[in-house]
Amino acid sequence: MTRETASFVYVTYIASTPEKVFAAISKPEITRRYWGHENVSDWKPGSKWEHIRANDERTVNIVGKVIEVSPPSRLVISWASPSQADNQESYSRVTFEIEEYEDMVRLTVAHDELEAGSDMATGISKGWPVVLSSLKSFLETGRGLDVFAKPKTA
Amino acid sequence: MDDDKVFRALGDPTRRKLLDLLCEKNGQTLGQLCENLDMARQSATQHLGILEEANLVSTVRRGREKLHFINPVPLHEVYERWVRKFERQRLNLLHDLKKELEGE
Repeated sequence: MTRETASFVYVTYIASTPEKVFAAISKPEITRRYWGHENVSDWKPGSKWEHIRANDERTVNIVGKVIEVSPPSRLVISWASPSQADNQESYSRVTFEIEEYEDMVRLTVAHDELEAGSDMATGISKGWPVVLSSLKSFLETGRGLDVFAKPKTA
Repeated sequence: MDDDKVFRALGDPTRRKLLDLLCEKNGQTLGQLCENLDMARQSATQHLGILEEANLVSTVRRGREKLHFINPVPLHEVYERWVRKFERQRLNLLHDLKKELEGE
């Protein structure tokens, strides 16, 4: 059975170093500061990773496996909702590529193998631009954005 | 990374149309995009080049094909810088008006 898949590619340029960007993606004490979540893993190929909300509840919002790691330039992980963790079909794939670009870093996040039109596809396409803007802001100014911000409807 | 480039890239109806087409279906080839545009491949290539230069479109090579993806990250930065700030003020005004009218 083939399903229709969707892919997204996001690119941002950050005034930073590849090492700092790689750490900002893989170190929970850093991810919590601009993403509101901790990315927790030993980052070895085949290991699992978890995306845990950085609050008292510590809800696990995304789970997956580490597919490929080569710091500081590349990280590939699988990505699924914990409620669908047993369903192999539900896993999508996220590739982080970090390259030096003049005096900046070009970070590419490719999210593919998503089920077209799924809640996950809709959710991540809203989420990544916010997270990447926040990451850029955090690394360049020391301040992330509020990734949970909503229009203030009073 | 460069607000001027983003605004310049957005200041053209064909380029906005290209972004709309990619928003509907991400990851299209030049040929697929041209099917929906009344325009020669060469001009479409130029428009896509300007969008790519502004980091609003990113490309990925898959075999012989070059796929174009919409990259909304710079738009989000423009939103944070140029929209949200003013939106907050406007929403506060609406909130005050509502309070006044409803006698909350």
